[in-house]
Amino acid sequence: MEALFTNAFLIAFVTGTIAASLPLLLAGLGEQMSEKSGVLNLGLEGMMLVGAFCGFAAALESGSFLIGFLAGMAGGMAVAAMMAALCVAWPLNQIVIGIALTLGMQGATSLAHHVLYSQSFPRLPRQPELPLPLLSQIPVLGPSIFTQNPVVYLAFLLIPAMAWLYRSTNIGLNLAAAGSKPAALDLAGVSVTTTRVCAVLATGALGGLGGAYMANIGAGLFVPFMTGGAGFMAIVLAMLARGRPSWVLGGALLVGFASSITTALQVAGFNIPTDLVLMLPFGTIMLVLMLFGRRAGLPAALGLPYHRGAR
Amino acid sequence: MSATTAKPGAPVAAWLRALLPLVLALAIGAVILALLGRDPVLFYTNVLNRAVLNRSGLQETLVLMAPLLLIAASLIVCFRAGLWNLGVDGQFLLAACFASAFAAGWVAALPYWPAMLLLFGLAALVGAAWAMLPAFLKAQYGVNEIISTLMMNFLGFGLSAFLIKTLFGDPEHPAPQTTMLEVADRLPRIGDTLIHLGVVFAVAVILAVHVVMTRTAFGLKLRIVGHNPRAAEHAGLNVRRLTFLVFAISAALAGLAGAVEVLGVRGVVRADWHPGYGLLVVPLVFLARFHGVAAIGFVFVFAVLSIGGESAARRADLPNDFLLIMMSLILVILAVTDYVASRAGR
Repeated sequence: MEALFTNAFLIAFVTGTIAASLPLLLAGLGEQMSEKSGVLNLGLEGMMLVGAFCGFAAALESGSFLIGFLAGMAGGMAVAAMMAALCVAWPLNQIVIGIALTLGMQGATSLAHHVLYSQSFPRLPRQPELPLPLLSQIPVLGPSIFTQNPVVYLAFLLIPAMAWLYRSTNIGLNLAAAGSKPAALDLAGVSVTTTRVCAVLATGALGGLGGAYMANIGAGLFVPFMTGGAGFMAIVLAMLARGRPSWVLGGALLVGFASSITTALQVAGFNIPTDLVLMLPFGTIMLVLMLFGRRAGLPAALGLPYHRGAR
Repeated sequence: MSATTAKPGAPVAAWLRALLPLVLALAIGAVILALLGRDPVLFYTNVLNRAVLNRSGLQETLVLMAPLLLIAASLIVCFRAGLWNLGVDGQFLLAACFASAFAAGWVAALPYWPAMLLLFGLAALVGAAWAMLPAFLKAQYGVNEIISTLMMNFLGFGLSAFLIKTLFGDPEHPAPQTTMLEVADRLPRIGDTLIHLGVVFAVAVILAVHVVMTRTAFGLKLRIVGHNPRAAEHAGLNVRRLTFLVFAISAALAGLAGAVEVLGVRGVVRADWHPGYGLLVVPLVFLARFHGVAAIGFVFVFAVLSIGGESAARRADLPNDFLLIMMSLILVILAVTDYVASRAGR
């Protein structure tokens, strides 16, 4: 038991939780935006993978992590642009196209990895953290929470920023209108298509950033299929969050907590089956659904293409 | 649905609509292959040689179709009833895990066919049981079933891995896996082929599902619920009961898919086995517009690509995942031509 509560252990545990939940947080915040605008974006997993690959390739070539993250966002947005063209500009089935994009990007990144890196398996050096002044001096919390890659702070800043965007700006109102009553938004003179395209592109950028974080900070390398379903998990978190960015954080931390407690407990010598611990977050979500689920509160026009004049 | 449904009495156009995108996708795939410095003609010849023109290859293609067809049948039932059971992968895996765990023991203790029937029954039951919580949440509180069934997938994967590592594990085998069902005890094969009875069963099931959904009063009830649950309620249908029923039937079919795969082909479930067929079949079922016969065609094309592509990719020194690109191209182009055709038809 003693081993559980040493400072080093707690620091490793908290850091692990944050590292595991960050890609989910970023992708979930992105997905939340496109779901708000009425687009169910099942291509998120593909966007994260392309973000991971582009982010890794760019960071490797340029030696700059900043360029890596920007490339990851650009990669995610490129996939999102396809999604927007096919499912917003054209009213194709969002579920078919979303899954098709995810499958295609799994294939494309795996192929690109095969061509470029399958002989050499390059790795990125460890990226130095940016300790926040003063805060990083706090025992335990300092080295675990306040000594992180800048992307982590950015992700946490995004939460209040997006909450403000949704609650207090016209953009937020437009997004919500596009998702629940697109005809009303159209009547008000705002283009439903533009609103949704922007939302989907933002999703791509955030999903790509999440993927790039996974590759560049989390793993330090790219392997095919490395997102391992994180995109789909993020979609579920976004659906459960009922439009509140802070709930995405809660869900992401819960999943991150469960996946890092497994390693932590094993390090501490407890023999708990990994499979059961990995089920914890999903079991918790089902429990939450059972107790408080009732109406999930999804936008009324989610998944439906908008046809002007159609009833 | 109505905007994209093919007009009856236009079989030529329907064929063209299905074939044209396939040809286009293969052409784009050829361009990608050429860009990578591979010979596209050789690649496609290899695919066809392996998966269609070669006797054992064609048999493998047909065998792969069995679980996919049952999953397609499962999805057709729930999608037509307007319920998005995306939990088929979890239902499939957990049912496969249970069927495999008891297979060797029951076949040894009972006469062959009663044992097989019991195993299929068990798989259907396990699959259906795994869908009851989402069904309850949907029927009682209107909780979105996409969320709950996806969650049940992850729970199902974890539970089956846990069970295989503990209760269901074969203690004599070093890697965590269930007890092997001997080849002689698996589903009987037709003549001297690899094709087992499960393939025939799967084709029969998806045809039966198609007839039930389109030609019977029960199917009509489900479709009414799918199109307009409130109208269904007004028409005196018990939507709550039908919701449970749809989830149970759909998940039981997914469970049967697991049983067919394990009792017909694999004979064993390893803790890390996780084929994820469900996600691949969902778009196929959409493109078939929930039509059972069309779904058989799309599943066949997918099986050919998957069996033939694997060997063609290996020969061309490409990763197997290259096929995912082809699959994705076919889906996107099918969806696009579908839309263009429906707009031209209006």
